[in-house]
Amino acid sequence: MVKKPPVKLHVRFRGLIQLFFAVLTNSFITGFIAGKIYKGDLKRVCAPGLNCYSCPGAVLACPIGALQAVVSSRAFNISLYVGGFLLLVGATLGRFVCGFLCPFGMIQEWLYKIPFPWKKNHFKGDRQLRYLKYVMLAVLVILLPTFMVNATGTGSPTFCKYVCPAGTLEGAIPLVLLSGSAQAKTISSVIGGGIPAASAEMAFPQLQFDLPGSSLAPQYDIGFLFYWKMFILIAVVLISVVNWRPFCKYLCPLGAIYGMMNPISLYRLRMDDDLCIHCHKCAKACKTCLDPEHRQNEAECVRCGDCVKVCPTGALSLGFGDKKTNKVPAPNRQALK
Amino acid sequence: MKKKLWMLISAAGILLMFFGILRGEADTVLKKAILICLECIGIG
Repeated sequence: MVKKPPVKLHVRFRGLIQLFFAVLTNSFITGFIAGKIYKGDLKRVCAPGLNCYSCPGAVLACPIGALQAVVSSRAFNISLYVGGFLLLVGATLGRFVCGFLCPFGMIQEWLYKIPFPWKKNHFKGDRQLRYLKYVMLAVLVILLPTFMVNATGTGSPTFCKYVCPAGTLEGAIPLVLLSGSAQAKTISSVIGGGIPAASAEMAFPQLQFDLPGSSLAPQYDIGFLFYWKMFILIAVVLISVVNWRPFCKYLCPLGAIYGMMNPISLYRLRMDDDLCIHCHKCAKACKTCLDPEHRQNEAECVRCGDCVKVCPTGALSLGFGDKKTNKVPAPNRQALK
Repeated sequence: MKKKLWMLISAAGILLMFFGILRGEADTVLKKAILICLECIGIG
């Protein structure tokens, strides 16, 4: 019997890498305790994946938020800084970022693991719907923030404001929960032993707790916009149970940018035609409904490595460059079929 | 060929980032990112 060739470690432990990066990019723990956000210099730097910079734990800037912040400002109409960052990351990693480094992608994958009898990744209109993320990028991330400006010449971050469910989940919900009376309860429970919030403030003055009733207490406007964004978040959460990473496939502008770079990115899915036995196991395993045997570097591939894991001959591999792998000698291939 | 293209795009990316930082875009990002953007997250 021929032994199945080993899959690279980073592909085998993708879930752990995702978790590590989610924790790393949201490692400002005191923010979750105090209902504050990190204000250090690191926030000049963009995270590679979609991660709301208004999340209490975020230590880096969200690239989509940063892009809108620059183009909507009075001083600039295009962003060389964020554009250059996305070019560099996209050309090097492509949608590896989506599969390995994006916290919101990880959350959707967790939701998809919930047992449900009716999982549906392929449906009529699926292909067409995937172009929506390019519309999001062009209209809500670039055109409207740049050109729909107020009297002072400042635009609005329209994608974040009207669509982004990551902002609702990572920013709005924690901040609302940590404010007002709910905040006091949270502080006590986090610090432990039923310590009153006021004691917490005395114990950790550097955290500047926004206690209810104090002048620092934030007043959040829970209005139509909040409920609209909650609706989008709930829809994404529910759909994620039946459809694999729907936000990434249909709405994510960052996925659109990295997707355009996928065909030329240095990190790529590689196919050794000499090793392929045309068993189609890769296409059956692909949750984005692609055909890795014939097209390896499509914009939709998030480099999850499912096809690599099921490939019996090691014909498919993920890595930097076009290096081919010859893991199984030709005479043994039929035995693996 | 693909490696050359990658080198070209990466070099362009680094140059753009450099000029972006020079003209103060990183400060704009920082200013936005260190304040809770209420309108960004739908609570303001």
